[in-house]
Amino acid sequence: MSEASLIGLLFATVSFGALLYLAALGELIAEKAGILNLGVEGMMAIGAVTAFIAGVEFQNPWVALIIAMLSGALLASVHGFFTVGLGAEQVVSGLSLTILGLGLAAYLGKDYVGLPPGAELVPVEWGGLSNLPWVGPILFSQAPIVYLALLLGIAASLVLSSTRLGLALRAAGESASSTDSAGHSVLGLRLSAVAAGGALAGASGAYLTLSITPQWAEGVTAGRGWIAVALVIFGAWRPGRVAWGALLFGGTLALKTRLQTFGVDFSPIILSMLPYVLTLLILLMISVRSRKRPSPSPAALGLAYRREER
Amino acid sequence: MTQTSTPGEEAQLSVELAGIWKTFPGVVANAGVDLAVRRGSIHALLGENGAGKSTLMNILAGVYRPDSGELRIQGLQHQFRNPADALSAGVGMVHQEFRLIPSFSVAENVVLGAAPSVIKTRQIERDVAAISHKFGLKVEPSQPLWQLSMGERQKVEILKVLWRDAQVLILDEPTTVLTPSEVDELGDILRRMANDGRSIVFISHKLHEVSGICDEATVLRQGKTVAGSLDMATTDSDELAHHMVGTSPAIATRPEAATPGRPLLELRNLSADGDRGVCAFSDVNFKINSGEIVGVAGVAGNGQRELADVIAGLRSPSKGTLMMDGTDITAASPRRRFQSGLAYIPEDRLGVGLAPRLSITDNAILRVYRQQRRGLFILAEKAMAYCSEIVSRFGVRSGDLNGPIATLSGGNLQRLLVGRELDGEPSVVVASQPTRGLDVQGVKAIQDLLLDQRNRGAAVLMISEDLDELLTLTDRLLVMEGGIIRAEFDPGTASRHEVGMAMLSHAQVTAQS
Repeated sequence: MSEASLIGLLFATVSFGALLYLAALGELIAEKAGILNLGVEGMMAIGAVTAFIAGVEFQNPWVALIIAMLSGALLASVHGFFTVGLGAEQVVSGLSLTILGLGLAAYLGKDYVGLPPGAELVPVEWGGLSNLPWVGPILFSQAPIVYLALLLGIAASLVLSSTRLGLALRAAGESASSTDSAGHSVLGLRLSAVAAGGALAGASGAYLTLSITPQWAEGVTAGRGWIAVALVIFGAWRPGRVAWGALLFGGTLALKTRLQTFGVDFSPIILSMLPYVLTLLILLMISVRSRKRPSPSPAALGLAYRREER
Repeated sequence: MTQTSTPGEEAQLSVELAGIWKTFPGVVANAGVDLAVRRGSIHALLGENGAGKSTLMNILAGVYRPDSGELRIQGLQHQFRNPADALSAGVGMVHQEFRLIPSFSVAENVVLGAAPSVIKTRQIERDVAAISHKFGLKVEPSQPLWQLSMGERQKVEILKVLWRDAQVLILDEPTTVLTPSEVDELGDILRRMANDGRSIVFISHKLHEVSGICDEATVLRQGKTVAGSLDMATTDSDELAHHMVGTSPAIATRPEAATPGRPLLELRNLSADGDRGVCAFSDVNFKINSGEIVGVAGVAGNGQRELADVIAGLRSPSKGTLMMDGTDITAASPRRRFQSGLAYIPEDRLGVGLAPRLSITDNAILRVYRQQRRGLFILAEKAMAYCSEIVSRFGVRSGDLNGPIATLSGGNLQRLLVGRELDGEPSVVVASQPTRGLDVQGVKAIQDLLLDQRNRGAAVLMISEDLDELLTLTDRLLVMEGGIIRAEFDPGTASRHEVGMAMLSHAQVTAQS
């Protein structure tokens, strides 16, 4: 393996990691508030297609990114309306959202298949840092959205752990009735968390079509939304651990396409199973450990809340 | 007892409720209730179940709105639309069901309702510690809540109200989750709060606790105030009981003993672990004969619940054998045990005993649905007929038998559950806290049913925290403490004091560990 191909592998690991992290962070925020959203794949697809379309139409990657985030938030709000507003089953609604999002993305993008991109997120130049050996090409030549993902992760972590908003949001995911009786709006907290999660999934999709593979084709998300869902569990609902998990899973994605060029005789299909196998292992560890202490998953995750009236 | 106020002055009353009416569909909960609470006093609100205590306090705390009547706090008239309004006026309530988040720390739970916009963990922990220190509420602010006992959790609930700086604290039956030593501790905490100028309304139906803790008492009966602001220093329990029940309560006489026959239930060196994997009880040995009620007394959490679970087959013993009428049933499934004549009235009625979302009929046939079917299908009419038979035989007051069971009142739920279990004339009856939370009539009905079973020749095991009930009803009384049977008494001759001492023999040791 040459130095250049190793650098290429590590570069791709970081960028795939950031892609997964954005979507997983969004899912984490929604789940922390108690709403499971299995529609990440669909929201990513919508983000990817709207970013590409907006790029072609407006020729500005930042406008495209914002439109993609708004579209993701809008689609997530459909899930919010059903699960938070109406108390519908979250698994059913989330799965429907995936199918709806994928279908809608294919429909919206049918005239844009094969077109050259109108806008791209170009890598950030960090001056001298970018010229350092190894770290320069791997860490300091990434698209701006990679650094944005890192900043968002730190921000989310701080908000969740040390603000009133974060405390209320976590409370909504642990016990809706306690949150309600403490005077916080469970409805408002959950709806905003779901929408914020959708915006991040949309940004993740935009990263695909504005930078990683700058073109639109149906199925461009290729199941990465599902990896993001698994990643939240793998990271035990903690933004920091999810970040490390994102790099690990991002590495498997990066390695998958390079196995043959490296001349390794290992099936890429097995490699794509790895994130899920690892997640199952984590689930096993959680359930073995949680005989003694509460599981790290939010206690009210997946439970609808209706205020009791006498 | 401290007197921080001169009686008779309007301004010294922190709570004044006048002519409060509240009706719910079909029920008049409050019919013109008056209540006056002095500042700096601990005020008992007494009454049987259904007397309207909780409704009145929910009105004071802003949970319900009264149909009519006046509400004044510290002399100012208020109309609360929600609990937040009441809190801003300085009224906070500690409900019976705690509203706490297990994965949060104590401090996070306390500040949740009124947190600073940026939370510095150290800072809030210090602030919470300051309040808990001031009133003697011993909890560690950084400890995760799931590690706390029920008594400690109650302190967190009290801290939540104090964090909002409530001047009026309402405690809804606070002692039901506490051990006797914790009740004393609560009394001290409440006294400190009263000395600080706060007022405490203490809802209860246990007279002996009230007389030890409270300064004044108001008694409600059938939604009306029957005695307002009695001075506890000059009022004795008999008088309070008289107000609560109306007519003087029938002095409990011990029923005549039946003639015990052969042993029907026998525990040999039985041990089992609790939910956290720690030994819940060990080497328990006793027999219950036909025609005998054996009582198990003890403070909650000393292995009684696990013991009942093991006998019912819901928990595996770690050691020992369980014999029923000469057969080893240690490994038998709950269904087998039921079929061989074991009835189980669990402590957790709506969780273990009944399925809250199912209809009354479905709950009634839960044990015997196999007899109500043809092929794969349950016959609705047959099930209904079976259910209405139980309902009428055991005096369950219910509406639609196909309606959800959760609509029944506590007493009727228990009658249905007991009726279902006793319907097949069981040979062994295990009853865990069978009368807890029921009103006087309900208690009597359930006790009579259990006595009938004994007289019919069943072996009855009765686990209860109500010592008076055990002393009047049982033929033999065992005391369980720290997972061990500490003593056996003859309830006919044993004194309340003796049994109480046995229940607490190791209380200090366990409190420290």
